[in-house]
Amino acid sequence: MLHSHMLATPSANLQAQLIWGAMTAFDEMSVDGSQCRTPYDLVRTWLDSLDPEALKRQSAEAEMLFRRIGITFAVYGEADAEERLIPFDLIPRIIAHDEWLQLEKGLTQRVNTLNAFLADIYGPRECIKAGVIPADLIDQNPQYRPEMIGAKLPGDIWVNIAGIDIVRVDADNFYVLEDNARTPSGVSYMMENREVMMRIAPEVFYDHAVEPVDNYGDELLQALQSVAPANARKDPTCALLTPGPFNSAYYEHSFLADKLGVELVEGRDLFVRDAVLYMRTTLGPQRVDVIYRRIDDDFIDPLVFNADSMLGVPGLMTAYLAGNVTLANAVGTGISDDKAIYTYMPELTKFFLGEEPMLKNVPTWRCREPEALSYVLDNLADLVVKEVAGSGGYGMLVGPKSTKDEVEIFRAKLKANPDDFIAQPTLALSTCPTFIGEGVAPRHVDLRPFVLSGTNGVNIIPGGLTRVALKEGSLVVNSSQGGGTKDTWVLAR
Amino acid sequence: MLLSRTADSLFWTARYIERAENTARLLEAATRLSNVGSSTEQVSNEWESAVLATGMEELFEERYGEASARTVVDFLAFSEANPSSIRSCLEAARANARSVRTAITIEMWETINAAWLELKRYRTFGQSRGELMEFLRFVKQVALSIDGIANRTMLRTDGFSFFQLGSAIERADNTARILDVKYHVLLPAGDRVGGGLDYFQWTSILRSVSALTAYHWVYRESLKPWLIADLLILNEKMPRSLASCYGNVTRHLDSLSKTYGRQGKAQRMARSIHSEFRNRDIDTIFHTGLHEFVEDFIGKNNKLGGTIAEQYLF
Repeated sequence: MLHSHMLATPSANLQAQLIWGAMTAFDEMSVDGSQCRTPYDLVRTWLDSLDPEALKRQSAEAEMLFRRIGITFAVYGEADAEERLIPFDLIPRIIAHDEWLQLEKGLTQRVNTLNAFLADIYGPRECIKAGVIPADLIDQNPQYRPEMIGAKLPGDIWVNIAGIDIVRVDADNFYVLEDNARTPSGVSYMMENREVMMRIAPEVFYDHAVEPVDNYGDELLQALQSVAPANARKDPTCALLTPGPFNSAYYEHSFLADKLGVELVEGRDLFVRDAVLYMRTTLGPQRVDVIYRRIDDDFIDPLVFNADSMLGVPGLMTAYLAGNVTLANAVGTGISDDKAIYTYMPELTKFFLGEEPMLKNVPTWRCREPEALSYVLDNLADLVVKEVAGSGGYGMLVGPKSTKDEVEIFRAKLKANPDDFIAQPTLALSTCPTFIGEGVAPRHVDLRPFVLSGTNGVNIIPGGLTRVALKEGSLVVNSSQGGGTKDTWVLAR
Repeated sequence: MLLSRTADSLFWTARYIERAENTARLLEAATRLSNVGSSTEQVSNEWESAVLATGMEELFEERYGEASARTVVDFLAFSEANPSSIRSCLEAARANARSVRTAITIEMWETINAAWLELKRYRTFGQSRGELMEFLRFVKQVALSIDGIANRTMLRTDGFSFFQLGSAIERADNTARILDVKYHVLLPAGDRVGGGLDYFQWTSILRSVSALTAYHWVYRESLKPWLIADLLILNEKMPRSLASCYGNVTRHLDSLSKTYGRQGKAQRMARSIHSEFRNRDIDTIFHTGLHEFVEDFIGKNNKLGGTIAEQYLF
């Protein structure tokens, strides 16, 4: 069997290196607490020029700015928190110029692989035939959309906007933690964090070459227009489809529509007639060519998917499959967010591109494989266990941070449905200096760069969303779990 | 071209802001009149007519029964149960603005959002008169800012027209309602002409539409009830008069028909209402009945709002 668990099981050496506690986390600013890594020189100088009081003041000022702008994020399940701010940390996260060049190449390769993979599983299925990936992992995946089999998309691009979550464990190694190819969010924070940072501490930007991020809107619009249907007018009409003001990411939807200069539409603003999509306007129906949709597949068309959905547009799939409107991202891309599919990405890169993967995967045990499962069950307290279809930090176990009871609950779940889980070593995620009220302390971070694909090629804005786990020792950076964000600076030289 | 839903939300954002401001003025005028300290009966009438002028008397009676400073302030300024209270208006304006965040400017959004945040700082019950005045000042300030921001920052496109239409139609409605409630103090009343209380009633009407100073500049004579009616109904120079509001309504509807290259029922209706003001003088209006005239107007103005919604597919 080609897809043996050995491919995915980490070597003993690597395990020791990655397991939390086996070594101290790598701090991106100072290797041993005193010496400052060169890329962080400007941060060091800035921090030294501020006393804790000034830092506190500027932090409060930043929070006020965010509140005024209305950048909020709703957390599901918290009734009184319809609109909450994601905490913003003033101290920027730095990525050196050459580090970024490496990341950029690796991310481009990764997204090219995702696009090739999706085109293949909804097309000729070569990767299954060649035994690179087991057929049941595709065909039985709830995110696999048989409606899309044989669909021909402009430029063969399925993932127009990807958010690839990257973690760092030492000076040289970046790992991909997750691929987000459905409707990745967070890019508004990348842009607003920079905006607020430039308002609060303009002096830091002076004379320092930090790559700008504010052209993201233009680049996104170009990518979207590039995939307009062949029969669209020369200047295609794009619109951003949102579930509405009660969605947790509504602020971002309106922010992006503004930056793109396109209408922010809800399902009720749209209708399909003769397999063509229109929006209702004060001038009557207007044709729409490209939909940047921020609604999951399940809700997009009540005639095809969830029949109870009030958010989508009846007939949208008909218009889409007729090639009269392009959806970005394509329907059916959710399958590549699956954490079991993730484990095959290195092999898929080799298979589709004939290249060695430049970005590493975090070593992962596939619990569907008996040997891997027994290892995971024996070492549960040291591992991170994730649901293959989970996202947002929900439904996961961080072994070393959990009580015995929590571990046992997961053990039972694992035994009952091993196919639903993967396990990874607890990574010693890198840390960044973070303002914690009384002073500055290291906190764990990750990075989500946003990768755009159009018929004009792959394009990555230098930067991304840095998420930071604000609780001491915590490894969970998700905003739904109390994580914060930082401005991310890619140095221009 | 706009999404119909966007046009609708812009229209209503403007209406809610305008309504909040008008209610603030009503409360200011009522508070002032109750300071005068005349007979209690008259004072309590003043609170009652403030409620009447907002058209929410049924809900009020159901909830509070008796009109007093405490109950009316609570109902008109802070009540969550009253969809037209100042607080409800600011909340609705913010919800509307949020749902069309991309159709308004950043400055407009920040101001509406900041007002909504600020709203939470005010005590909603048992506040002193000073605190109440402070609150009402804040509300007027918000409306003035938003008006200014609309004029200074919004693109002169169809969205701007829908926003301005909302303001003008709501403003006309508010002025007409004040006249509807107070028409009797403007009628010639035989022996009781120009007594002390009348004077306060008249100034109170003028204050509730910020027109006291304007009156003196326009007419340069002491208060005469028919001139007050003239100012609030027919005088095009007075920004809150019905005629002036309809100048704006027709202008923005014309601008829409120019942008869209077609006109409809709304344009024709607005022009016909506007021409009624131009072809009449105040004597004829008094002659045929001030009350009937105002009631008729309120009905037509409402209908126009509905026609606009229909024509532009809200």
